[in-house]
Amino acid sequence: MGEHTVSSFDEELEHIDRLIRDMGDLSGAMTRASTNALLESDNALAQRVISDDTIMDAKQRELDERAITLIAKRQPMAQDLRSVVGAIRMASDLERIGDLAKNIAKRVGAVGQGATPRSLAHSIDAMASLVLQQVNGVVEHYVRRNPEALVHLRDEDEKIDIQYTSVFRELLTYMMEDPRNITSCTHLLFCAKNLERIGDHVTNIAENAYYVMTGSQLPVQRPKLDETQVTAEAGS
Amino acid sequence: MNMLTDAAVEETLQPLYKPAASKMTGKDVTVHYGEKQALFGVNLEVPEKQVMALIGPSGCGKSTFLRCLNRMNDTIDICRVGGSILLDGEDIYDPRIDVVELRARVGMVFQKPNPFPKSIYENVAYGPRIHGLAWKKSEFDEVVETSLQKAGLFNEVKDRLHEPGTGLSGGQQQRLCIARAIAVSPEVILMDEPCSALDPIATAKVEELIDELRQNYTIVIVTHSMQQAARVSQRTAMFHLGNLVEEGPTEKMFTNPDDKRTQDYITGRFG
Ligand SMILES: Nc1ncnc2c1ncn2[C@@H]1O[C@H](COP(=O)(O)OP(=O)(O)OP(=O)(O)O)[C@@H](O)[C@H]1O
Ligand SMILES: [Mg+2]
Repeated sequence: MGEHTVSSFDEELEHIDRLIRDMGDLSGAMTRASTNALLESDNALAQRVISDDTIMDAKQRELDERAITLIAKRQPMAQDLRSVVGAIRMASDLERIGDLAKNIAKRVGAVGQGATPRSLAHSIDAMASLVLQQVNGVVEHYVRRNPEALVHLRDEDEKIDIQYTSVFRELLTYMMEDPRNITSCTHLLFCAKNLERIGDHVTNIAENAYYVMTGSQLPVQRPKLDETQVTAEAGS
Repeated sequence: MNMLTDAAVEETLQPLYKPAASKMTGKDVTVHYGEKQALFGVNLEVPEKQVMALIGPSGCGKSTFLRCLNRMNDTIDICRVGGSILLDGEDIYDPRIDVVELRARVGMVFQKPNPFPKSIYENVAYGPRIHGLAWKKSEFDEVVETSLQKAGLFNEVKDRLHEPGTGLSGGQQQRLCIARAIAVSPEVILMDEPCSALDPIATAKVEELIDELRQNYTIVIVTHSMQQAARVSQRTAMFHLGNLVEEGPTEKMFTNPDDKRTQDYITGRFG
Protein backbone atom coordinates (compact mmCIF):
# COMPACT_ATOMS: atom_id res chain seq x y z
CA MET A 1 0.00 0.00 0.00
CA GLY A 2 1.38 3.37 -1.00
CA GLU A 3 1.75 6.28 1.30
CA HIS A 4 -0.87 8.85 2.09
CA THR A 5 -0.68 12.28 0.57
CA VAL A 6 -0.77 13.47 4.18
CA SER A 7 2.22 11.74 5.77
CA SER A 8 1.13 12.31 9.38
CA PHE A 9 -1.84 10.05 8.55
CA ASP A 10 0.63 7.20 7.89
CA GLU A 11 2.43 7.94 11.14
CA GLU A 12 -0.81 7.79 13.08
CA LEU A 13 -1.75 4.46 11.53
CA GLU A 14 1.73 3.10 12.21
CA HIS A 15 1.54 4.15 15.82
CA ILE A 16 -1.70 2.22 16.27
CA ASP A 17 -0.11 -0.76 14.59
CA ARG A 18 2.86 -0.55 16.92
CA LEU A 19 0.56 -0.58 19.92
CA ILE A 20 -1.12 -3.74 18.63
CA ARG A 21 2.29 -5.34 18.28
CA ASP A 22 3.32 -4.27 21.79
CA MET A 23 0.08 -5.57 23.27
CA GLY A 24 0.51 -8.79 21.32
CA ASP A 25 4.04 -9.29 22.64
CA LEU A 26 2.93 -8.48 26.15
CA SER A 27 -0.02 -10.86 26.02
CA GLY A 28 2.30 -13.67 24.91
CA ALA A 29 4.76 -12.91 27.71
CA MET A 30 1.98 -12.75 30.29
CA THR A 31 0.51 -16.06 29.16
CA ARG A 32 3.89 -17.77 29.39
CA ALA A 33 4.85 -16.19 32.70
CA SER A 34 1.53 -16.89 34.40
CA THR A 35 1.65 -20.57 33.48
CA ASN A 36 5.26 -20.86 34.58
CA ALA A 37 4.43 -19.15 37.86
CA LEU A 38 1.58 -21.59 38.35
CA LEU A 39 3.56 -24.71 37.62
CA GLU A 40 6.58 -23.62 39.63
CA SER A 41 4.63 -21.92 42.41
CA ASP A 42 6.60 -18.78 41.71
CA ASN A 43 4.82 -15.99 43.56
CA ALA A 44 7.22 -13.26 42.47
CA LEU A 45 6.66 -14.10 38.82
CA ALA A 46 2.91 -14.14 39.43
CA GLN A 47 3.16 -10.64 40.89
CA ARG A 48 4.95 -9.47 37.77
CA VAL A 49 2.13 -10.73 35.58
CA ILE A 50 -0.37 -8.91 37.76
CA SER A 51 1.50 -5.64 37.38
CA ASP A 52 2.03 -6.20 33.64
CA ASP A 53 -1.72 -6.18 33.30
CA THR A 54 -1.75 -2.50 34.28
CA ILE A 55 0.58 -1.79 31.37
CA MET A 56 -1.69 -3.77 29.09
CA ASP A 57 -4.74 -1.75 30.17
CA ALA A 58 -2.86 1.51 29.66
CA LYS A 59 -1.82 0.46 26.16
CA GLN A 60 -5.38 -0.44 25.28
CA ARG A 61 -6.63 2.93 26.50
CA GLU A 62 -3.97 4.68 24.48
CA LEU A 63 -4.87 2.70 21.39
CA ASP A 64 -8.57 3.47 21.80
CA GLU A 65 -7.87 7.17 22.15
CA ARG A 66 -5.59 7.25 19.15
CA ALA A 67 -8.04 5.28 17.04
CA ILE A 68 -10.97 7.51 17.98
CA THR A 69 -8.96 10.66 17.34
CA LEU A 70 -7.84 9.30 13.99
CA ILE A 71 -11.41 8.52 12.96
CA ALA A 72 -12.57 11.99 13.96
CA LYS A 73 -9.66 13.72 12.29
CA ARG A 74 -9.14 11.70 9.12
CA GLN A 75 -12.40 9.90 8.47
CA PRO A 76 -10.53 6.88 7.15
CA MET A 77 -11.88 4.89 4.23
CA ALA A 78 -11.52 1.35 2.89
CA GLN A 79 -8.48 -0.51 4.26
CA ASP A 80 -7.62 2.41 6.52
CA LEU A 81 -11.07 2.24 8.05
CA ARG A 82 -10.78 -1.52 8.41
CA SER A 83 -7.38 -1.23 10.12
CA VAL A 84 -8.59 1.29 12.65
CA VAL A 85 -11.80 -0.53 13.53
CA GLY A 86 -9.92 -3.84 13.45
CA ALA A 87 -7.25 -2.45 15.77
CA ILE A 88 -9.86 -1.41 18.33
CA ARG A 89 -11.32 -4.89 18.29
CA MET A 90 -7.99 -6.70 18.37
CA ALA A 91 -6.84 -4.52 21.25
CA SER A 92 -9.92 -5.48 23.21
CA ASP A 93 -9.20 -9.19 22.68
CA LEU A 94 -5.56 -8.69 23.63
CA GLU A 95 -6.60 -6.85 26.74
CA ARG A 96 -8.88 -9.77 27.64
CA ILE A 97 -5.95 -12.16 27.16
CA GLY A 98 -4.06 -10.03 29.67
CA ASP A 99 -6.96 -10.32 32.14
CA LEU A 100 -7.07 -14.08 31.77
CA ALA A 101 -3.30 -14.37 32.32
CA LYS A 102 -3.62 -12.16 35.38
CA ASN A 103 -6.39 -14.40 36.64
CA ILE A 104 -4.10 -17.42 36.28
CA ALA A 105 -1.37 -15.55 38.15
CA LYS A 106 -3.73 -14.71 41.00
CA ARG A 107 -4.43 -18.40 41.57
CA VAL A 108 -0.77 -19.30 42.03
CA GLY A 109 -0.94 -18.84 45.82
CA ALA A 110 -4.21 -20.75 46.10
CA VAL A 111 -2.99 -23.81 44.22
CA GLY A 112 -0.04 -24.03 46.58
CA GLN A 113 3.33 -25.74 46.58
CA GLY A 114 3.82 -29.22 45.20
CA ALA A 115 0.10 -29.76 44.77
CA THR A 116 0.36 -30.39 41.05
CA PRO A 117 1.15 -33.98 40.03
CA ARG A 118 3.90 -34.30 37.40
CA SER A 119 1.79 -35.59 34.53
CA LEU A 120 -0.87 -32.94 35.09
CA ALA A 121 1.75 -30.19 35.19
CA HIS A 122 3.04 -31.60 31.95
CA SER A 123 -0.40 -31.48 30.29
CA ILE A 124 -1.03 -27.90 31.40
CA ASP A 125 2.42 -26.90 30.26
CA ALA A 126 1.81 -28.46 26.85
CA MET A 127 -1.48 -26.63 26.62
CA ALA A 128 0.19 -23.35 27.53
CA SER A 129 2.80 -23.93 24.83
CA LEU A 130 0.09 -24.42 22.22
CA VAL A 131 -1.69 -21.29 23.38
CA LEU A 132 1.51 -19.31 23.36
CA GLN A 133 2.30 -20.45 19.85
CA GLN A 134 -1.13 -19.20 18.79
CA VAL A 135 -0.77 -15.85 20.53
CA ASN A 136 2.66 -15.22 19.03
CA GLY A 137 1.56 -16.55 15.66
CA VAL A 138 -1.47 -14.32 15.31
CA VAL A 139 0.54 -11.21 16.12
CA GLU A 140 3.28 -12.20 13.73
CA HIS A 141 0.91 -12.93 10.83
CA TYR A 142 -0.78 -9.62 11.45
CA VAL A 143 2.48 -7.70 11.52
CA ARG A 144 3.71 -9.48 8.39
CA ARG A 145 0.34 -9.04 6.68
CA ASN A 146 -0.03 -12.73 5.96
CA PRO A 147 -3.77 -13.49 5.86
CA GLU A 148 -3.36 -17.00 4.44
CA ALA A 149 -1.42 -18.10 7.51
CA LEU A 150 -4.34 -16.98 9.67
CA VAL A 151 -6.67 -19.54 8.11
CA HIS A 152 -4.40 -22.33 9.27
CA LEU A 153 -3.75 -20.69 12.60
CA ARG A 154 -7.43 -20.50 13.43
CA ASP A 155 -7.86 -24.20 12.70
CA GLU A 156 -5.06 -24.94 15.14
CA ASP A 157 -7.29 -23.71 17.96
CA GLU A 158 -8.94 -27.10 17.90
CA LYS A 159 -5.75 -28.65 19.30
CA ILE A 160 -6.06 -26.41 22.34
CA ASP A 161 -9.63 -27.53 22.83
CA ILE A 162 -8.59 -31.16 22.64
CA GLN A 163 -5.77 -30.55 25.09
CA TYR A 164 -8.14 -28.74 27.41
CA THR A 165 -10.59 -31.61 27.32
CA SER A 166 -7.85 -34.02 28.29
CA VAL A 167 -6.67 -31.76 31.16
CA PHE A 168 -10.26 -31.57 32.28
CA ARG A 169 -10.58 -35.36 32.36
CA GLU A 170 -7.33 -35.69 34.23
CA LEU A 171 -8.42 -33.18 36.86
CA LEU A 172 -11.70 -35.05 37.34
CA THR A 173 -9.82 -38.25 38.11
CA TYR A 174 -7.60 -36.56 40.70
CA MET A 175 -10.61 -35.06 42.39
CA MET A 176 -12.39 -38.41 42.45
CA GLU A 177 -9.29 -40.11 43.81
CA ASP A 178 -8.90 -37.80 46.78
CA PRO A 179 -11.37 -35.06 47.74
CA ARG A 180 -8.50 -33.14 49.40
CA ASN A 181 -7.32 -32.37 45.87
CA ILE A 182 -10.56 -30.61 45.02
CA THR A 183 -9.52 -27.06 45.99
CA SER A 184 -6.25 -27.03 44.10
CA CYS A 185 -7.70 -28.96 41.18
CA THR A 186 -10.56 -26.48 40.87
CA HIS A 187 -8.05 -23.66 40.64
CA LEU A 188 -6.07 -25.58 38.06
CA LEU A 189 -9.27 -26.21 36.17
CA PHE A 190 -9.95 -22.48 36.02
CA CYS A 191 -6.40 -21.94 34.85
CA ALA A 192 -6.81 -24.47 32.06
CA LYS A 193 -10.13 -22.91 31.17
CA ASN A 194 -8.46 -19.51 31.02
CA LEU A 195 -5.84 -20.88 28.65
CA GLU A 196 -8.58 -22.30 26.49
CA ARG A 197 -10.33 -18.94 26.45
CA ILE A 198 -7.12 -17.20 25.51
CA GLY A 199 -7.18 -19.49 22.50
CA ASP A 200 -10.70 -18.25 21.69
CA HIS A 201 -9.53 -14.64 21.84
CA VAL A 202 -6.71 -15.55 19.47
CA THR A 203 -9.37 -16.91 17.12
CA ASN A 204 -11.23 -13.59 17.30
CA ILE A 205 -8.03 -11.71 16.63
CA ALA A 206 -7.28 -13.94 13.66
CA GLU A 207 -10.73 -13.22 12.24
CA ASN A 208 -10.36 -9.47 12.70
CA ALA A 209 -6.84 -9.44 11.32
CA TYR A 210 -8.02 -11.39 8.29
CA TYR A 211 -10.82 -8.91 7.70
CA VAL A 212 -8.46 -5.96 8.09
CA MET A 213 -6.12 -7.39 5.49
CA THR A 214 -8.55 -8.79 2.94
CA GLY A 215 -11.87 -7.03 3.46
CA SER A 216 -13.64 -10.38 3.62
CA GLN A 217 -14.53 -12.68 6.47
CA LEU A 218 -12.71 -15.90 7.25
CA PRO A 219 -14.78 -18.82 6.01
CA VAL A 220 -17.13 -20.43 8.53
CA GLN A 221 -15.54 -22.76 11.01
CA ARG A 222 -17.14 -26.00 12.02
CA PRO A 223 -18.62 -26.14 15.52
CA LYS A 224 -16.15 -27.23 18.13
CA LEU A 225 -16.54 -29.67 20.95
CA ASP A 226 -16.25 -28.54 24.55
CA GLU A 227 -16.04 -30.07 27.97
CA THR A 228 -19.81 -30.42 28.36
CA GLN A 229 -19.66 -33.52 26.19
CA VAL A 230 -16.96 -34.92 28.42
CA THR A 231 -19.02 -34.23 31.54
CA ALA A 232 -21.86 -36.22 30.10
CA GLU A 233 -19.52 -39.11 29.39
CA ALA A 234 -17.81 -38.94 32.75
CA GLY A 235 -21.14 -38.90 34.55
CA SER A 236 -22.49 -41.90 32.68
CA MET B 1 -17.64 -15.10 17.66
CA ASN B 2 -20.41 -14.99 15.20
CA MET B 3 -19.09 -15.87 11.81
CA LEU B 4 -20.92 -15.37 8.58
CA THR B 5 -19.96 -16.82 5.29
CA ASP B 6 -19.55 -14.49 2.38
CA ALA B 7 -22.76 -15.96 1.04
CA ALA B 8 -24.61 -15.22 4.27
CA VAL B 9 -23.22 -11.69 4.29
CA GLU B 10 -24.40 -11.18 0.74
CA GLU B 11 -27.79 -12.47 1.72
CA THR B 12 -28.24 -10.14 4.71
CA LEU B 13 -27.12 -7.22 2.62
CA GLN B 14 -29.36 -8.17 -0.30
CA PRO B 15 -32.25 -5.83 0.51
CA LEU B 16 -29.84 -2.90 0.43
CA TYR B 17 -28.43 -3.84 -2.91
CA LYS B 18 -31.65 -4.93 -4.55
CA PRO B 19 -30.79 -4.60 -8.18
CA ALA B 20 -32.94 -1.78 -9.46
CA ALA B 21 -34.08 -1.44 -13.02
CA SER B 22 -31.72 0.77 -14.92
CA LYS B 23 -33.15 4.23 -15.54
CA MET B 24 -30.33 5.56 -17.66
CA THR B 25 -27.56 3.73 -19.45
CA GLY B 26 -24.36 5.07 -20.92
CA LYS B 27 -22.89 2.90 -23.68
CA ASP B 28 -19.33 3.49 -24.88
CA VAL B 29 -19.71 7.16 -24.12
CA THR B 30 -16.86 9.25 -25.50
CA VAL B 31 -16.54 13.00 -25.24
CA HIS B 32 -14.12 15.33 -27.03
CA TYR B 33 -13.63 18.99 -26.32
CA GLY B 34 -12.11 20.00 -29.65
CA GLU B 35 -8.99 17.84 -30.01
CA LYS B 36 -8.92 16.87 -26.37
CA GLN B 37 -10.66 13.64 -25.38
CA ALA B 38 -12.33 13.82 -21.95
CA LEU B 39 -14.19 10.47 -21.79
CA PHE B 40 -12.92 7.19 -23.22
CA GLY B 41 -15.82 4.79 -23.71
CA VAL B 42 -17.76 4.86 -20.46
CA ASN B 43 -20.34 2.14 -19.80
CA LEU B 44 -22.53 2.84 -16.81
CA GLU B 45 -26.03 1.95 -15.68
CA VAL B 46 -27.89 4.39 -13.47
CA PRO B 47 -30.36 2.44 -11.34
CA GLU B 48 -33.89 3.74 -10.97
CA LYS B 49 -34.91 5.51 -7.76
CA GLN B 50 -31.53 5.27 -6.19
CA VAL B 51 -28.76 7.73 -5.62
CA MET B 52 -25.62 7.15 -7.63
CA ALA B 53 -22.49 9.04 -6.64
CA LEU B 54 -19.79 9.89 -9.17
CA ILE B 55 -16.38 10.31 -7.59
CA GLY B 56 -12.84 10.76 -8.81
CA PRO B 57 -9.99 13.25 -8.89
CA SER B 58 -10.42 16.68 -10.41
CA GLY B 59 -10.57 16.68 -14.19
CA CYS B 60 -11.41 12.97 -14.49
CA GLY B 61 -14.64 13.66 -16.36
CA LYS B 62 -17.40 13.44 -13.74
CA SER B 63 -19.09 16.69 -14.73
CA THR B 64 -18.58 15.85 -18.38
CA PHE B 65 -20.36 12.52 -17.95
CA LEU B 66 -23.11 14.11 -15.86
CA ARG B 67 -23.72 16.72 -18.54
CA CYS B 68 -24.08 13.98 -21.14
CA LEU B 69 -27.09 12.64 -19.27
CA ASN B 70 -29.27 15.64 -20.17
CA ARG B 71 -27.32 16.88 -23.18
CA MET B 72 -26.05 19.88 -21.32
CA ASN B 73 -22.87 19.38 -23.35
CA ASP B 74 -24.84 20.55 -26.42
CA THR B 75 -24.44 24.05 -25.04
CA ILE B 76 -20.65 23.79 -25.33
CA ASP B 77 -19.66 24.48 -28.97
CA ILE B 78 -16.47 22.43 -29.13
CA CYS B 79 -17.97 19.42 -27.36
CA ARG B 80 -18.64 16.20 -29.29
CA VAL B 81 -20.35 13.23 -27.68
CA GLY B 82 -20.07 9.67 -29.04
CA GLY B 83 -21.64 6.36 -28.03
CA SER B 84 -25.18 6.39 -26.73
CA ILE B 85 -27.13 7.38 -23.66
CA LEU B 86 -30.45 5.73 -23.00
CA LEU B 87 -33.28 7.03 -20.87
CA ASP B 88 -35.81 4.26 -20.28
CA GLY B 89 -34.20 2.47 -23.21
CA GLU B 90 -34.50 5.41 -25.60
CA ASP B 91 -31.43 7.11 -27.03
CA ILE B 92 -31.49 10.72 -25.88
CA TYR B 93 -29.11 11.76 -28.65
CA ASP B 94 -31.65 10.62 -31.25
CA PRO B 95 -32.38 13.64 -33.49
CA ARG B 96 -36.13 13.24 -32.88
CA ILE B 97 -35.68 13.92 -29.17
CA ASP B 98 -36.90 17.33 -27.99
CA VAL B 99 -34.03 18.62 -25.84
CA VAL B 100 -36.24 20.98 -23.85
CA GLU B 101 -38.53 18.14 -22.92
CA LEU B 102 -35.52 15.94 -22.15
CA ARG B 103 -34.19 18.51 -19.68
CA ALA B 104 -37.56 18.58 -17.99
CA ARG B 105 -37.32 14.82 -17.52
CA VAL B 106 -33.66 14.99 -16.51
CA GLY B 107 -33.20 18.07 -14.34
CA MET B 108 -29.99 19.53 -13.03
CA VAL B 109 -28.73 21.26 -9.90
CA PHE B 110 -25.38 23.00 -10.13
CA GLN B 111 -22.43 23.49 -7.83
CA LYS B 112 -23.11 27.13 -7.15
CA PRO B 113 -26.72 27.90 -6.30
CA ASN B 114 -27.97 29.89 -9.28
CA PRO B 115 -31.47 31.18 -8.63
CA PHE B 116 -32.89 33.46 -11.32
CA PRO B 117 -32.96 37.13 -10.37
CA LYS B 118 -36.66 36.82 -9.68
CA SER B 119 -38.90 36.11 -6.72
CA ILE B 120 -38.77 32.81 -4.90
CA TYR B 121 -42.22 32.07 -6.31
CA GLU B 122 -41.18 32.83 -9.89
CA ASN B 123 -38.04 30.74 -9.59
CA VAL B 124 -40.15 27.68 -8.93
CA ALA B 125 -43.04 28.59 -11.26
CA TYR B 126 -40.71 29.26 -14.19
CA GLY B 127 -40.25 25.64 -15.27
CA PRO B 128 -43.91 24.63 -15.13
CA ARG B 129 -44.70 27.82 -17.06
CA ILE B 130 -42.33 27.22 -19.97
CA HIS B 131 -43.22 23.54 -20.11
CA GLY B 132 -46.94 24.33 -19.98
CA LEU B 133 -47.45 22.16 -16.94
CA ALA B 134 -49.72 24.67 -15.19
CA TRP B 135 -52.19 27.28 -16.45
CA LYS B 136 -54.20 28.77 -13.65
CA LYS B 137 -52.93 30.79 -10.72
CA SER B 138 -54.19 28.12 -8.33
CA GLU B 139 -52.23 25.47 -10.22
CA PHE B 140 -49.06 27.53 -10.00
CA ASP B 141 -49.64 28.18 -6.31
CA GLU B 142 -49.96 24.49 -5.75
CA VAL B 143 -46.89 23.43 -7.70
CA VAL B 144 -44.81 26.17 -6.01
CA GLU B 145 -45.91 25.09 -2.56
CA THR B 146 -45.47 21.35 -3.06
CA SER B 147 -42.07 21.79 -4.72
CA LEU B 148 -40.85 24.00 -1.90
CA GLN B 149 -42.28 21.49 0.58
CA LYS B 150 -40.44 18.62 -1.06
CA ALA B 151 -37.25 20.64 -1.08
CA GLY B 152 -37.70 21.21 2.66
CA LEU B 153 -37.76 24.97 2.20
CA PHE B 154 -41.42 25.94 2.35
CA ASN B 155 -41.61 26.70 6.06
CA GLU B 156 -38.59 28.93 5.89
CA VAL B 157 -39.86 31.04 2.99
CA LYS B 158 -43.66 30.83 3.06
CA ASP B 159 -44.02 34.42 4.28
CA ARG B 160 -41.72 35.90 1.67
CA LEU B 161 -42.49 34.03 -1.52
CA HIS B 162 -42.44 37.25 -3.51
CA GLU B 163 -39.06 38.39 -2.30
CA PRO B 164 -36.04 37.77 -4.56
CA GLY B 165 -34.57 34.25 -4.51
CA THR B 166 -31.12 35.78 -4.48
CA GLY B 167 -31.82 37.17 -1.01
CA LEU B 168 -31.79 33.71 0.55
CA SER B 169 -28.81 32.14 2.27
CA GLY B 170 -26.57 29.84 0.22
CA GLY B 171 -28.12 26.69 1.63
CA GLN B 172 -31.64 28.03 1.09
CA GLN B 173 -30.74 29.06 -2.46
CA GLN B 174 -29.51 25.55 -3.18
CA ARG B 175 -32.73 24.07 -1.86
CA LEU B 176 -34.61 26.64 -3.97
CA CYS B 177 -32.73 25.34 -7.01
CA ILE B 178 -33.70 21.82 -6.04
CA ALA B 179 -37.34 22.96 -5.71
CA ARG B 180 -37.04 24.54 -9.14
CA ALA B 181 -35.73 21.27 -10.56
CA ILE B 182 -38.51 19.27 -8.88
CA ALA B 183 -41.27 21.64 -10.04
CA VAL B 184 -41.29 20.21 -13.56
CA SER B 185 -41.70 16.64 -12.18
CA PRO B 186 -38.43 15.28 -13.52
CA GLU B 187 -37.62 11.60 -13.46
CA VAL B 188 -33.91 12.07 -12.96
CA ILE B 189 -32.10 14.81 -11.04
CA LEU B 190 -28.44 15.46 -11.75
CA MET B 191 -26.45 17.28 -9.10
CA ASP B 192 -22.93 18.56 -9.63
CA GLU B 193 -21.28 19.12 -6.23
CA PRO B 194 -24.49 20.59 -4.85
CA CYS B 195 -23.08 21.15 -1.36
CA SER B 196 -19.64 22.48 -2.11
CA ALA B 197 -20.67 26.03 -1.27
CA LEU B 198 -22.70 25.11 1.80
CA ASP B 199 -21.96 24.97 5.53
CA PRO B 200 -22.34 21.65 7.42
CA ILE B 201 -25.91 22.33 8.53
CA ALA B 202 -27.10 23.35 5.08
CA THR B 203 -25.21 20.35 3.69
CA ALA B 204 -26.96 18.04 6.14
CA LYS B 205 -30.33 19.44 5.07
CA VAL B 206 -29.58 18.93 1.40
CA GLU B 207 -28.32 15.41 2.09
CA GLU B 208 -31.44 14.55 4.01
CA LEU B 209 -33.47 15.95 1.17
CA ILE B 210 -31.58 13.80 -1.35
CA ASP B 211 -32.38 10.78 0.76
CA GLU B 212 -36.09 11.62 0.70
CA LEU B 213 -36.09 12.46 -2.97
CA ARG B 214 -34.91 9.04 -3.94
CA GLN B 215 -38.36 7.66 -3.10
CA ASN B 216 -39.56 9.33 -6.27
CA TYR B 217 -36.57 10.30 -8.33
CA THR B 218 -33.42 8.82 -9.75
CA ILE B 219 -30.48 10.91 -8.60
CA VAL B 220 -26.93 11.17 -9.87
CA ILE B 221 -24.63 13.29 -7.73
CA VAL B 222 -21.05 14.36 -8.29
CA THR B 223 -19.21 14.95 -5.05
CA HIS B 224 -15.69 15.46 -3.80
CA SER B 225 -16.63 14.48 -0.29
CA MET B 226 -16.10 10.75 0.21
CA GLN B 227 -18.17 10.93 3.37
CA GLN B 228 -21.01 12.55 1.48
CA ALA B 229 -20.88 9.89 -1.21
CA ALA B 230 -20.89 7.23 1.51
CA ARG B 231 -23.84 8.87 3.28
CA VAL B 232 -26.20 9.64 0.43
CA SER B 233 -25.64 7.10 -2.29
CA GLN B 234 -26.54 3.47 -2.81
CA ARG B 235 -24.10 3.01 -5.64
CA THR B 236 -20.82 4.71 -6.40
CA ALA B 237 -18.92 5.06 -9.66
CA MET B 238 -15.26 5.98 -9.67
CA PHE B 239 -13.76 7.87 -12.63
CA HIS B 240 -10.11 8.36 -13.42
CA LEU B 241 -8.53 10.10 -16.44
CA GLY B 242 -11.74 9.87 -18.45
CA ASN B 243 -12.39 6.21 -17.70
CA LEU B 244 -14.87 4.51 -15.43
CA VAL B 245 -12.63 2.56 -13.08
CA GLU B 246 -15.12 0.77 -10.89
CA GLU B 247 -18.81 0.86 -10.04
CA GLY B 248 -20.56 -0.94 -7.22
CA PRO B 249 -22.61 -0.83 -4.02
CA THR B 250 -21.49 2.17 -1.98
CA GLU B 251 -20.80 0.14 1.18
CA LYS B 252 -18.42 -2.05 -0.72
CA MET B 253 -16.72 0.83 -2.53
CA PHE B 254 -15.92 2.51 0.77
CA THR B 255 -14.92 -0.52 2.81
CA ASN B 256 -13.36 -2.84 0.28
CA PRO B 257 -13.04 -1.50 -3.27
CA ASP B 258 -11.63 -3.80 -5.94
CA ASP B 259 -9.55 -1.35 -7.91
CA LYS B 260 -6.24 -0.02 -6.65
CA ARG B 261 -6.99 3.43 -8.07
CA THR B 262 -10.27 3.59 -6.14
CA GLN B 263 -8.46 2.53 -2.97
CA ASP B 264 -5.77 5.11 -3.44
CA TYR B 265 -8.26 7.85 -4.18
CA ILE B 266 -10.72 7.26 -1.36
CA THR B 267 -8.01 6.70 1.22
CA GLY B 268 -6.15 9.85 0.19
CA ARG B 269 -3.12 8.22 -1.40
CA PHE B 270 -3.21 9.90 -4.82
CA GLY B 271 -0.01 11.83 -5.43
N1 LIG C 1 -15.89 23.37 -21.61
C1 LIG C 1 -14.74 22.70 -21.71
N2 LIG C 1 -13.86 23.00 -22.69
C2 LIG C 1 -12.71 22.31 -22.81
N3 LIG C 1 -12.32 21.32 -22.01
C3 LIG C 1 -13.15 20.98 -21.00
C4 LIG C 1 -14.39 21.65 -20.80
N4 LIG C 1 -15.00 21.10 -19.73
C5 LIG C 1 -14.16 20.14 -19.28
N5 LIG C 1 -13.06 20.06 -20.04
C6 LIG C 1 -11.94 19.12 -19.85
O1 LIG C 1 -12.44 17.80 -19.75
C7 LIG C 1 -11.81 17.07 -18.71
C8 LIG C 1 -12.86 16.59 -17.71
O2 LIG C 1 -13.44 17.74 -17.08
P1 LIG C 1 -14.64 17.64 -16.07
O3 LIG C 1 -15.09 19.02 -15.80
O4 LIG C 1 -15.64 16.68 -16.57
O5 LIG C 1 -13.90 17.03 -14.80
P2 LIG C 1 -14.47 16.78 -13.34
O6 LIG C 1 -14.24 15.35 -13.03
O7 LIG C 1 -15.86 17.28 -13.23
O8 LIG C 1 -13.50 17.68 -12.46
P3 LIG C 1 -13.81 18.54 -11.15
O9 LIG C 1 -13.85 17.57 -10.05
O10 LIG C 1 -12.61 19.43 -11.04
O11 LIG C 1 -15.09 19.28 -11.36
C9 LIG C 1 -10.81 18.01 -18.11
O12 LIG C 1 -9.54 17.71 -18.65
C10 LIG C 1 -11.25 19.38 -18.54
O13 LIG C 1 -10.16 20.24 -18.70
MG1 LIG D 1 -16.80 18.87 -12.13
